[in-house]
Amino acid sequence: MAQERSQRQHSAWQQSQEHEQEAVGAAKVSRSAGVDDLLDEIDSLLESNAEEFVKGYVQKGGQ
Amino acid sequence: MIRRVVGLETEYGLAYDAAGTAPLTVEEVAKRLFAPVMEWGRSTNVFLFNGSRLYLDVGSHPEIATAECVVPSELLEQDRAGVLSLAWLVSTAEESLRAEGHGGRLHLFRNNVDSAGNSFGCHENYLIPRRLEYRRLTEQLLPFLVTRQLLCGAGHVVRGPEGARMVLSQRAEHMWEGVSSSSTRSRPMINTRDEPHADAERYRRLHVIVGDTNMAEGSTLLKTVSASLILSVLETGRVMPDWSIANPVKALRDISRDADGTTAIALADGRTVTALEVQEYFLDVASDHADAAGLRTDSDVATALELWGRTLEAWRAGDPGAVGDTLDYAAKRSLLARYTERHGVGLEDARVARLELAYHDVAPGAGLRDGLEARGLLRRFTDPARVEAARDTPPSGSRAVLRSRFLRAARAAGVDHQVDWLTLKLTAEPPTTVQLPDPFATSDPAAEALIDALLG
Repeated sequence: MAQERSQRQHSAWQQSQEHEQEAVGAAKVSRSAGVDDLLDEIDSLLESNAEEFVKGYVQKGGQ
Repeated sequence: MIRRVVGLETEYGLAYDAAGTAPLTVEEVAKRLFAPVMEWGRSTNVFLFNGSRLYLDVGSHPEIATAECVVPSELLEQDRAGVLSLAWLVSTAEESLRAEGHGGRLHLFRNNVDSAGNSFGCHENYLIPRRLEYRRLTEQLLPFLVTRQLLCGAGHVVRGPEGARMVLSQRAEHMWEGVSSSSTRSRPMINTRDEPHADAERYRRLHVIVGDTNMAEGSTLLKTVSASLILSVLETGRVMPDWSIANPVKALRDISRDADGTTAIALADGRTVTALEVQEYFLDVASDHADAAGLRTDSDVATALELWGRTLEAWRAGDPGAVGDTLDYAAKRSLLARYTERHGVGLEDARVARLELAYHDVAPGAGLRDGLEARGLLRRFTDPARVEAARDTPPSGSRAVLRSRFLRAARAAGVDHQVDWLTLKLTAEPPTTVQLPDPFATSDPAAEALIDALLG
């Protein structure tokens, strides 16, 4: 009985760990999917005149 | 609640991408950007209804100094409201340029470096009591500031002879001294110029210029609350171990270049510690102080302390990705890493530099922050409705409330007036001036009499 409970507890703990792992995994997947989605949106912008744009950014003065 | 006035002065970089149409100089674009400001305030240096100062600084870069904030989350709101005001100016300028056949786009960067190696800043102001021994205070604060980039570095891709690499801080390579009174000649981390903008008998204004400009609200929150907490610890007069760094500028750069927290720092007393160990010490004393002074009931303080702990744990584990949805360095790093992976290019690629600029761009439709936040890739701390309201509502708990009321009343009455941080003034002869030497004053008999007279 005690063993059974301990097993059940163990498996509940395992389950919660698994859920946590799944959640972490899902967050990672959705995170990289989100990054890809954002990058898709700006890809053409980055392709257009990146070098010229970056070189053109010169700010005089300031501290 | 920490009883301290804090403000941020942010210099924005301005660029114009003519996109094949007639080119315009930055000076021309800046003038156009500030045309509505000129019309509104007859100057390119004005105080807004939220108590902040908006101006066009030397070198044609827009700058906003937030009003005096006491509540950390209100500082975030005011900072972001400044972005909204500038974004509106950008849209307005683009429309008027388009009407004249200039079809280019304006870009406004919250960053600290341009392509020519010029640097500009995000200066933090913290009100401190005059009674503190200033030299000792700055000496004790410096090791915290040198290592603070582990919390709030904005990240930067540096291109060198050995290729490109990502460093922690945009500002690190542009700092030349620890503590000094100069600001442009030999840029120090703490500028000692003594301008309290308040009762000089009671207060000083600590002017920190070593920090990066942040996009992530979490970084701004952590940057300002951690500094404020450490100042509170120092104000208690607590005897602290000596963390004086032998060469603070070298340490700042080494930590930035290593970008992993393990950088060995030589202390003045001959010991060697890591950047992470220094931060862990400061987190400990800040936590102890927060407990002892009951500061954790302030949810901003509690949030900042939790984030501070989580950030140092992430560095300890060698994976800043754990705070990738909250802090700039980690968020930018994962974004750039994914880009290079997708395109099979290195960090030295021009498109990576362009992507990095987009991370800092706040021109409408040109930057990434809104997109990152909308996708849950970057945590937003502010309520958009409150930020919108903060465009012309002052923060609570400081004299900004009085400045705001005076500005509204004077403008409604149509009378000539001037304000600065310390003063409310009706300029018509004979001029009437009210001084507000207490930054915490939300009411003042003389100021209120002046405002009431204006309201009739």
